[in-house]
Amino acid sequence: MSYKITEEGNISTVFLNGEIDMDVTEKAKEVILPIVESGKEVHLNLKDVSYMDSSGISVLIESHQKALENNTKVVVKEVSKSVLKVIMMAKLEQILNLE
Amino acid sequence: MDLSESKDFLVHTASLKEVRVFSREVFDKLKLDNDLKEELVLAIAEAAQNIVKHAYKGVENTTDHMQIKISLKDNNLEIGFFDKGKPVVAENIQHRKLDDIKPGGLGTFFIKQIMDDAVFKKDQQQWVNHLILSKKI
Repeated sequence: MSYKITEEGNISTVFLNGEIDMDVTEKAKEVILPIVESGKEVHLNLKDVSYMDSSGISVLIESHQKALENNTKVVVKEVSKSVLKVIMMAKLEQILNLE
Repeated sequence: MDLSESKDFLVHTASLKEVRVFSREVFDKLKLDNDLKEELVLAIAEAAQNIVKHAYKGVENTTDHMQIKISLKDNNLEIGFFDKGKPVVAENIQHRKLDDIKPGGLGTFFIKQIMDDAVFKKDQQQWVNHLILSKKI
């Protein structure tokens, strides 16, 4: 997994790339959670994430919940078809902010 | 087309990518539809992850290997997982309720959604756990 972060005003966009599994979830959390905890709005761009398992879904849930605690939000954007399928299997499409 | 292939993997999170590569290679030989292939790869990866995460919970840097065997016979797909970790008590395995939104607890749910059956067998003397996932394809 690799990533790139862009900033625009109070919004940080995190572009994740590659496959997100248990082996990289700590790295993903280390990238995303500090930004959420700073109170910024985070846009997670998943267009280049080709695979995500339950560990990756856990990162999305934890990020979403941490954002609520910090009165901000995480928006999940440009979800690839394969990842959307997993999100829907977990019935999270109404819970996560998908765009 | 009938087929049977197996491969050993070090019990480590870094092996999960290799597990997916192996699974995709086998399913490519079977010329499975891409959506079905990726669902099956997810189920296999989740089961392998459970071995690393639960059967070897608290075990750092093990040199143990797990074995994954993918077999297709008469359109019955069977995927065997063999490991030497802590014995699994099948009755204790349950996924979290979907409306209890929290991180974790979804791997087993995904496996149940994708596969027709998941059974632990005690038929292998050289292994501790033997999980069989099956699906008619």
